Amino acid sequence: MNEFEPKIVAFVCNWCTYAGADLTGTSRIKYAQNVKIIRFPCTGRIDFMLLLKSFGEGADGIIVSGCHPNDCHYTSGNFHARRRWIMFRGLLDMLGIDVRRIQYSWVSAAEGAKWADVVNTTVTAIRELGPYTDYAKVAGYLEKEANV
Amino acid sequence: MSKIGVFICHCGENISATVDVVRVAEAAGKLEGVEFSTDYKYMCSDPGQTLIKQMIKEKGLTGVIVAACSPRMHEPTFRKACSSAGLNPYMCEMSNLREHCSWVHDKSEATTQKAIDLVRTLVGKVKYNKPLYSIKVPVTKTALVIGGGIAGIQSSLDIANAGHQVVLVEKDPSIGGHMSQLSETFPTLDCSQCILTPRMVEVAQHPNIKLLTYAELEKLEGFIGNFKATIRKKAKSIDEDLCTGCGTCITKCPTKKIPSEFNTGLGKRTAIYVPFPQAVPNKPVIDKENCLYYKNGKCKICEKVCPTGAIRFDQEDELVELEVGAVVVATGFDVMEPSKFSEYGYGKYKDVITGLQFERLASASGPTLGEIRRPSDGKIPEKIVFVACAGSRDPSKGKPYCSKICCMYTAKHAMLYQHKVHHGESTIFYMDIRSAGKNYEEFVRRAIVEDDVKYIRGRVSKVYEENGKLIVKGVDTLLNAKPVEIQADMVVLATAAVANSGAEELAQKMHISYDAYNFFSEAHPKLKPVETNTAGIFLAGACQAPKDIPETVSQASGAAAKVAILFSQDELSREPVVAVVNRSAPPLYSTCVGCFMCATACPYQAIGEELITNRKGEVIKRVAKVNPGLCQGCGTCVAFCRSKSIDIDGYSNEQMYSEVMALLND
Amino acid sequence: MKIGFYPGCSLTGSSREYNESLLAVAKVAGIELCEISDWNCCGSTAAHNLNRELSVSLPARNLALAELEEMDELVVPCAACYNRLVMTQHELAEKPEIKALIEGKLKMTLRNDIRILNVLQFLEKHIVPRLDELVKSPLTYDVACYYGCLLVRPNQVMKDERFEDPMTMDLIMQKLGANAIDWPFKTECCGAGFSVSKTEIVGELSGKIVRSAVDRGAKAIVVACPMCHFNLDMRRPVIESYLQRKIDIPVIYITQAIALAMGLSAQQAGTQRHFVPVNLTVNR
Repeated sequence: MNEFEPKIVAFVCNWCTYAGADLTGTSRIKYAQNVKIIRFPCTGRIDFMLLLKSFGEGADGIIVSGCHPNDCHYTSGNFHARRRWIMFRGLLDMLGIDVRRIQYSWVSAAEGAKWADVVNTTVTAIRELGPYTDYAKVAGYLEKEANV
Repeated sequence: MSKIGVFICHCGENISATVDVVRVAEAAGKLEGVEFSTDYKYMCSDPGQTLIKQMIKEKGLTGVIVAACSPRMHEPTFRKACSSAGLNPYMCEMSNLREHCSWVHDKSEATTQKAIDLVRTLVGKVKYNKPLYSIKVPVTKTALVIGGGIAGIQSSLDIANAGHQVVLVEKDPSIGGHMSQLSETFPTLDCSQCILTPRMVEVAQHPNIKLLTYAELEKLEGFIGNFKATIRKKAKSIDEDLCTGCGTCITKCPTKKIPSEFNTGLGKRTAIYVPFPQAVPNKPVIDKENCLYYKNGKCKICEKVCPTGAIRFDQEDELVELEVGAVVVATGFDVMEPSKFSEYGYGKYKDVITGLQFERLASASGPTLGEIRRPSDGKIPEKIVFVACAGSRDPSKGKPYCSKICCMYTAKHAMLYQHKVHHGESTIFYMDIRSAGKNYEEFVRRAIVEDDVKYIRGRVSKVYEENGKLIVKGVDTLLNAKPVEIQADMVVLATAAVANSGAEELAQKMHISYDAYNFFSEAHPKLKPVETNTAGIFLAGACQAPKDIPETVSQASGAAAKVAILFSQDELSREPVVAVVNRSAPPLYSTCVGCFMCATACPYQAIGEELITNRKGEVIKRVAKVNPGLCQGCGTCVAFCRSKSIDIDGYSNEQMYSEVMALLND
Repeated sequence: MKIGFYPGCSLTGSSREYNESLLAVAKVAGIELCEISDWNCCGSTAAHNLNRELSVSLPARNLALAELEEMDELVVPCAACYNRLVMTQHELAEKPEIKALIEGKLKMTLRNDIRILNVLQFLEKHIVPRLDELVKSPLTYDVACYYGCLLVRPNQVMKDERFEDPMTMDLIMQKLGANAIDWPFKTECCGAGFSVSKTEIVGELSGKIVRSAVDRGAKAIVVACPMCHFNLDMRRPVIESYLQRKIDIPVIYITQAIALAMGLSAQQAGTQRHFVPVNLTVNR
């Protein structure tokens, strides 16, 4: 296997995207193995600092996915997440972090095929971007500095 | 140090066909914190569960990971098994090897590797799982039903018959709602009042139902099982205990020309009045806006003639506080303000009326005693045009939705008219005929075939008066597709069903969500049609969306069943996935700085404040506090907290961080 | 504030009296209307049926010129021109790609924020508040206010609450002392462009409008669109042959009605230019 296999973390909500990914399974739709899911109760719960930590620990790409607007199990968590993402994206961009490595999407419990599609597109996109070492290097350097 | 047991399931061949389960078990066994690992054909089977229980006891496991199907499938199963073996159920988690791995990938090294990664990831989390205990909250077994139409009546009776207390609050002087205004009901044409009034009497006489009419919800606080409702009882200006309902005051009242709400303005009423003869309670109220005494301080005739001395001009509004465990919202609907249809001449021409007004004309208890007579001159109309979808399915009028009931009641109106005026001619302009429902299509067919009602598929562009006739200009869009002009004696508009004018305000008082048209939102459009997003508040009837009587009654009974289920428990047990604000030793007490960003983010108003005091009772610190009864565990507050002082059990910062780290470090 | 003025072709030709009366009214009220220099065709009814790009480019150029001349508002008396300009503004606002394309073609940029007013909006905003002082000889007859199709449509863009039954002209006429009758033909079609190709259609459609106004006692029909005026006034012989009766009800522009109420002469109001003589001295 010569091709670069990116490591991708998916931060998903329990009610829509996690269930959607379950449906991808029950529908036996195949997709790439690179993405691993971390289950949160709601996208509103996702602390975006965890995204940065993931890059620091060697993630090449990240998917954040939850319920469509107005479908949130908790009424408004996904709106908070969306607002947070808009702010956060600007911040990342300013810091020089490649925002193309984060895929923000909505997958409902009924969209099994869409989940497979989101995974595959993200894997292809990240594969093209190549390994993400820039941020891990900086994070590692900062950690070393802090330990001195 | 954790002692985690990892149990890899083959799921027959569902997992083992593409994942090398033996290798996954081996790899898991080598992970830090894992005490034991194995694989088995069916973990969910009885022997599989026994194996888990055995190992918990034998190895003294502090955590269990079952790597099998989706936790949405079997998490309760395995948590129960752990619990019976003495392990706190929340120490058990499931790794989803089937839906998220074996079923979506082909057999390969990478697939097995992903399975290993998934197990390792969860080990990272479970290391930091804490024992949690389900939350118990007491239940007040009294239900508050808001709205006394057929929905509220049905819900109240069902809950009361299940043996629970009900407080039914109605804003008008009588219960009955829109159904009491209707003439006959489709598709059976039985008389609306004949089937409704016995129910109204039953409500009044039921020992478990307390009826508060002329009253509205002022405030609702608290949470499921423990609401506190404040009801405003508007002053009726009579002493209900003394009043016998003899009606002398009504016959003597000099103000007789007030348009009757019950008769949709087609009849008149007095200032002291009961809305209709079969009203429950059948005791009058004084309409302060129109009463001569309240307007200019003179009259008091009712007081003079009242044989029991029941008139109380000095009565004031009263606020009643109630403890209730559940709320059923059944506030119904309204018909769209027809003044929006100036092109149809409503308000300009007396003989252009709404469907609800036609109900009153056709009703035996109505202003014409059931004869179809036009409001302008009392003549029997020879030709009536019915306009379906007046406002409904019309984005330019702001109502793109279908009002659902109009197709059926318009067919009924035309049919009633034909039955009463044999030589009459009725025409219905329609967009589509939507008659889905038991015996509904047959009913419409009957109107067309047996009663000779003329259906024209097309819209009406305008209605105007010429030589004493109402000229209805429309279009027939079928076959000959051409403009149509009908000279009618009366026009009936099937105006859109809309939310009540106070719906938005009421929803905000109760913290339930509502849609763009102010109809209240159900928790799930398919699987939770009577629940709201606020636990303990249920919906019944047309306040959720336009619906007909059978549907309303079904939903009302559904809501009542939900209340009865809730009341079948003395205590409520809830998943302990709730947010908690940390507390620490003095002098810090908590890292919370009291900014209350969490409170603004919380969709459930579950976060309040707590004052930390010293021994002298002086306030040292103001911090946030989560009410676990209200918290639904979304965790939005956790991501909001600037000082990481609020955390959520089951998905704590520590757990999630460790899980992500474990995923990335193989 | 600078108020711009886009006359369009009709106001310089077949409906000169509309132009004259509007300018006369504005002059009495002390309002300066600055005509866009080098304005071009609005695209009229032909362009948007044949070439969508051109149908946006033509009005867009006028809007760009108005912006260059720093106009805050733009008065467009002709209902068809008004419709084209508003539709263009709407399209440019909704579709950035079309805006970019048109700007490229015109070699001009657009802020697209000018307030376009039709004659009724202009009168409502600038003249009506001062009518009490400006009306010298109130009108004393019944009138039928005829809006036609273009002033209030399409509803998605114009967002008029009462697009099926507009009232603005009725209210202005009442302020002038006239009585605006209740009649059902306010927004019916006059036949529009069939005036040229199939006059018999205009005869029937406009005939029904005129007949209704007369039968309901109106002494004049008030309009705010050159096309409407053209059909109801100039096509009167066709109308009469359709109705098989002689009808002498005059058709006046709302600006003419205001000019007359302000006490201006028939000459100043331009009423001598009509085919159907305007003789409105008869009191109620």
